[in-house]
Amino acid sequence: MIGLTHYLIVAAIIFTIGVFGIFLNRKNVIIIMMSIELILLAVNINLVAFSSYLHDLVGQIFALLILTVAAGEAAIGLAILVTYFRNRGSIAVEDINLMKG
Amino acid sequence: MVQAILFLPLLGALIAGLFGTKAFQNLGRDQDVYADHHDTHAGDHAHDDHHGHYDGQAWPMYLTTGLLCIGAIFSWIIFWGFLHEGHDSRIELLNWITSGTLKAPWAIRLDALTAVMLVVVNTVSALVHVYSLGYMSHDEHQPRFFAYLSLFTFAMLMLVTSDNLIQMFFGWEGVGLASYLLIGFWYTRESANAAAIKAFVVNRVGDLGFALGIFGVYAVFGSVEFETIFMHAPDVVGKTMHFLGYDWDTITILCLLLFMGAMGKSAQFLLHTWLPDAMEGPTPVSALIHAATMVTAGVFLVARMSPLFELSPDARSVVIIVGGITAFFAATVGLVQNDIKRVIAYSTCSQLGYMFVAMGVGAYGVGIFHLFTHAFFKALLFLGAGSVIHAMSGEQDMRKMGGLAPHIRITWAMMLIGTFALTGVGIPGIGGFAGFHSKDAIIEAAFAYGSSPATFAFFLLVIAAFCTSFYSWRLAFMTFNGNTNADAKTVSHIHESPPVMLIPLYVLAAGAVVAGFLFQHWFIGEGQAEFWGKALARNEILTKMEEVPALVKWAATIAMLAGLALAYVFYIRDKTLPKRIAEMNHPAYQFLLNKWYFDELYNFLFVRPAFWLGRLFWKQGDGAIIDGLGPDGVAASVGGITAQVVRLQTGYVYHYAFVMLIGLAAIISWFSFGGAH
Repeated sequence: MIGLTHYLIVAAIIFTIGVFGIFLNRKNVIIIMMSIELILLAVNINLVAFSSYLHDLVGQIFALLILTVAAGEAAIGLAILVTYFRNRGSIAVEDINLMKG
Repeated sequence: MVQAILFLPLLGALIAGLFGTKAFQNLGRDQDVYADHHDTHAGDHAHDDHHGHYDGQAWPMYLTTGLLCIGAIFSWIIFWGFLHEGHDSRIELLNWITSGTLKAPWAIRLDALTAVMLVVVNTVSALVHVYSLGYMSHDEHQPRFFAYLSLFTFAMLMLVTSDNLIQMFFGWEGVGLASYLLIGFWYTRESANAAAIKAFVVNRVGDLGFALGIFGVYAVFGSVEFETIFMHAPDVVGKTMHFLGYDWDTITILCLLLFMGAMGKSAQFLLHTWLPDAMEGPTPVSALIHAATMVTAGVFLVARMSPLFELSPDARSVVIIVGGITAFFAATVGLVQNDIKRVIAYSTCSQLGYMFVAMGVGAYGVGIFHLFTHAFFKALLFLGAGSVIHAMSGEQDMRKMGGLAPHIRITWAMMLIGTFALTGVGIPGIGGFAGFHSKDAIIEAAFAYGSSPATFAFFLLVIAAFCTSFYSWRLAFMTFNGNTNADAKTVSHIHESPPVMLIPLYVLAAGAVVAGFLFQHWFIGEGQAEFWGKALARNEILTKMEEVPALVKWAATIAMLAGLALAYVFYIRDKTLPKRIAEMNHPAYQFLLNKWYFDELYNFLFVRPAFWLGRLFWKQGDGAIIDGLGPDGVAASVGGITAQVVRLQTGYVYHYAFVMLIGLAAIISWFSFGGAH
């Protein structure tokens, strides 16, 4: 029987993969965005799992809300990425170190 | 009237100093013009030269001079009153310090001693003011100069009119300050600054003694007012006082401490080093310092405290010895100096020694009499020397003078009168120039006193009288006689001083001639008891002086004639002789030329260690420890730490994300396990 625990474990694994994907990744900004999507999906899995477990629909509505936000975020992120590539000619993470004083 | 005498100089100093200076006159004008002008002229006062240029207003000079002249006239009126029907008075101006039993009102004590000092100070000061109108006429900082002169006079007047020791100390320090300002008047010259600082610092040594003396007096008598002190002084005779681990006779230790202050101000042996260096100031200042103000303060102090000194023969023995050694020492150094002003400076030092010997043997009136006559002829000599320097375009070295007599006849005549007065020309029993009456009386008093220090001092004084005569005539001969040693350019410029500089010389010359026999009656003659009243302590020394052997009466005159004869041989007859003798006695000559190596000794003993200590505190104490661990250290470690912290900020997104994650994890852990209960 697949219970709540399994869902939570899967979500935790996905979340951890997403997190590690952000700061172990040295190659590509797109992978960071994918990692963020993974984190959001892990959260969604949690929300849906709890929603089902607690018989409360609010969790699923929240999951839908997060999906839309994630879609918007991906769109904006990709747009920034394109502009960035146009300006600097690279989207390798190692080249992006302007965020310092 | 006495209030006017006291405060007119202050008024003049304030007005001239605050509103008369060029900086004030130029307020609101284009300041750059002033600054440029200032720079071009500030650096070129090589000696007492007169190539500056004054384009400011003239009123500050005339104002201060006028006020001082009024003061001088008033002083003579008061003095005249004391000569006839004098009565002491005390004028309380205001309450100054009242703290517990310590009371120091601001009061004027007017007695014969004060009256004499008023005359001396104001007369010389007024004449110096007038003289300076001519002498400083090209200097661009004249208002400042005149303001300082008046301030100096005010401080000295404050000193001589004081009614208690604290008020006196105020004047005492005021004089010290003003002398510092005046000696360092040409502040662009390094030597002038050094001399000013030296004068100030050496005086502080004496002032320490004076201050301790005041504390001691207050501790013993519970008051600093003269009346109270003198009234209770006989009660403490024989009592002892614990000071520096020893039990001293109270009166003796108080007198010695006060005398230490007097030694500093009056440039006595061991504390004399500042006086010759004070020649760095303009010549009128030298005249003022040496003749009337500042150096006479020490003598005045002893005279004022004479009821106290009278009770302590031991303290007076010290005074006699110090005075005698000073007179002798300074006279020997004066023999070989080549700077015209320095010769006269050492002469002053020597004459002050005479005055202290007179104080020491109890002949207070005689000492003050010498102070009085000395003021005239020393001011005359200094202002005459100023006139010579003026004529020689700033040259002060006597070896480069000579043969000036035909060119500046009036100055020559005035200098001769000064020399006559200083060396004490006169015939015992009949009369003579001013110095004759006072100086010879001191020598007689030293003999008449009879104690062994006094006899020791007597011989020193006679030798000093011989030296005095020698160096005075040496100065006169080297400067005015023979062939000139100056270069042609200087010779062509030689000119007599303007009348404004000569008139003070006339007045002083008159004083140098007549002050002796005119006032002898009141100062040391039959009228002295009535004249001095309660101002000075009384004793039998003056009657004892009547009985000294004839040889003693003649001793000073003989010494004077011998000095004159020797100087004549040395500097008129055979001009190679001094050089030959100097070469034969080279070590002795060097010893005298270098002023007994006192400057070198003090340099070694005090100045260098002080510098070393100062450097230690500065470099190690302040620099290494305080700054190193304090501000600088903290600043440096902040810089070091932040340099490390900055390296955290890499600019890489994944680093920031990692830090955020750790932070988030830490906060969640904290709320889950730690803080959330």
